[in-house]
Amino acid sequence: MNIVVCMKSVPSSETKVKVNSDGVSIEQTDVVYEINPYDEFAIEEAIRAKEAHGGKVTILTLGPLTASQNIRKALAMGADEATHLICENAELADSSAVAELLSSAIKEMEFDVIFCGKKAIDCDNHQVPNRLAQLLGIPAVTAISSLELTAESGSAKRDIEGGTELVTVNLPALFSAEKGLNEPRYASLPGIMAAKKKPLEERQVSISNEKLSILSIELPPPIPGGRIVGEGPEAAGELVRILREEAKII
Amino acid sequence: MSQGVLIFAEQREEVLKITSLEAVTLGRELKNQIGGDLSVAIIGAKSSNLSSEFKQYGIDKLYIAESEELNYYDGERYSDILTEAILKAQPSVLIVIASAMGKDIAPRVASSLDAGLAMDCTGVEVIDGKIIVTRPVYAGKALVKVRIDSDLQILVIRPNVFPQETEGNTDPEVVTLQIGEKKNPVSEVQHIKGERPELTEASIIVSGGRGVGGPENFHVTEELADVLGAAVGASRAVVDAGWRPHSEQVGQTGKTVSPNLYIACGISGAIQHLAGMSSSKVIVAINKDPEAPIFKVATYGIVGDLFEVVPKMVEAIKELKS
Repeated sequence: MNIVVCMKSVPSSETKVKVNSDGVSIEQTDVVYEINPYDEFAIEEAIRAKEAHGGKVTILTLGPLTASQNIRKALAMGADEATHLICENAELADSSAVAELLSSAIKEMEFDVIFCGKKAIDCDNHQVPNRLAQLLGIPAVTAISSLELTAESGSAKRDIEGGTELVTVNLPALFSAEKGLNEPRYASLPGIMAAKKKPLEERQVSISNEKLSILSIELPPPIPGGRIVGEGPEAAGELVRILREEAKII
Repeated sequence: MSQGVLIFAEQREEVLKITSLEAVTLGRELKNQIGGDLSVAIIGAKSSNLSSEFKQYGIDKLYIAESEELNYYDGERYSDILTEAILKAQPSVLIVIASAMGKDIAPRVASSLDAGLAMDCTGVEVIDGKIIVTRPVYAGKALVKVRIDSDLQILVIRPNVFPQETEGNTDPEVVTLQIGEKKNPVSEVQHIKGERPELTEASIIVSGGRGVGGPENFHVTEELADVLGAAVGASRAVVDAGWRPHSEQVGQTGKTVSPNLYIACGISGAIQHLAGMSSSKVIVAINKDPEAPIFKVATYGIVGDLFEVVPKMVEAIKELKS
């Protein structure tokens, strides 16, 4: 089974975002880049599929040169090889352009299953998996929280409001991961050593955001300082009164 | 030349997703500024039964695809049908609600029509005839303003942000859509038992964090949620510890929420959590530690033990309601 995982490096969720003086980009100095958390579930699911069905796992990343550290982490977890499309301004790029670049790279590969995270936690676009599947002409099941894979098909559960949906698709297919799909493994020491020698192909690409222009980036307005209603259980009644009479929301 | 606004009105098992009416209201405002028709597309088993729900929203056309085969969602088939509606209506704007279905169908349609899409919009304005969208990135740590440059502009809007207002009483023209072909339908839907509203749709959320102390103690925050008719949320720490299901997680790697009232119980307020809830209209924090970062974003705070404070709140609310 040939498995491709699309992986993005994103600012860690602990990052305090700062806007550059140009007003349309984010400051990247002192920012720690991690594997997009949803992509970690995708990598884990891919490795499990390989362990069950044989084959190989290829990591595909679009992102700056520095993303190679995180690609090595994915290889250390157990992926076999990687393709890195090097592009310095992909962080908030238009999803349609990202999906185009990923699909042209994947079209050169053999694949039965593609795994993605359901979204990247930087741009929050939530679009690439479906756009990619569409470009490749394969079915997609997004935001899945469980998967049963055979050599021919995949049955996945996806979370919806107040429940789950069960969808079965024939391979080749794309699945995007929701939290809860699995518990991603840590890389072992031998894994980390082996990762250094695994093949990593690098290619320069350029991206053009033809369908979506970012006009400005701003920090949200500061939240006005609140007030401490009181200490301990005695304050509970006063808080409820305020919510009812002043804020008028209960 | 494309003109007007089309809304994808979401239904599940013959119930209209009520936030679809927020999309219709926004659509009407946009149409008043950019011209053209206001149309609504519904796909489902008994879609025409839902058409009366739009009577007071001033719509011009209803596009309906109706068949028992469409009872459950089928991403590819639904998006084919919605694409057909777009080709017929030729709108310049498509509005979809950012629900599980909306976030799945919208990118499919965007890809098949080669259109730009702005996900999870929280602000929409028209400047010189062009639509400018505000949307959160980094789970709300920053806001971007974007312009969609394709002919068809797809807006996926965050529920609970845009108002829902009736206007006029129209008798829309009904256009029947082809029901398309079966692709990969949902074969089964499992409903989670319980009467609590869904996190992203709730107007009040009560969340618990590490301060709750263990999975066995969440009845304390659940009781508060139930007297308020609220949804139940959780911090990443308690989800990762396995105390609560991942579907309840609020924050950058969980759900981003903007309820009218967010009550954080025993949550210290890590950056990634604040990102997911700080756009709530009123925030209440209950925490033992007066230095907890959650107090910096809280509209109202109580420094104290949640096990003492929360039951007192429940009592006071019950008294109010009796």
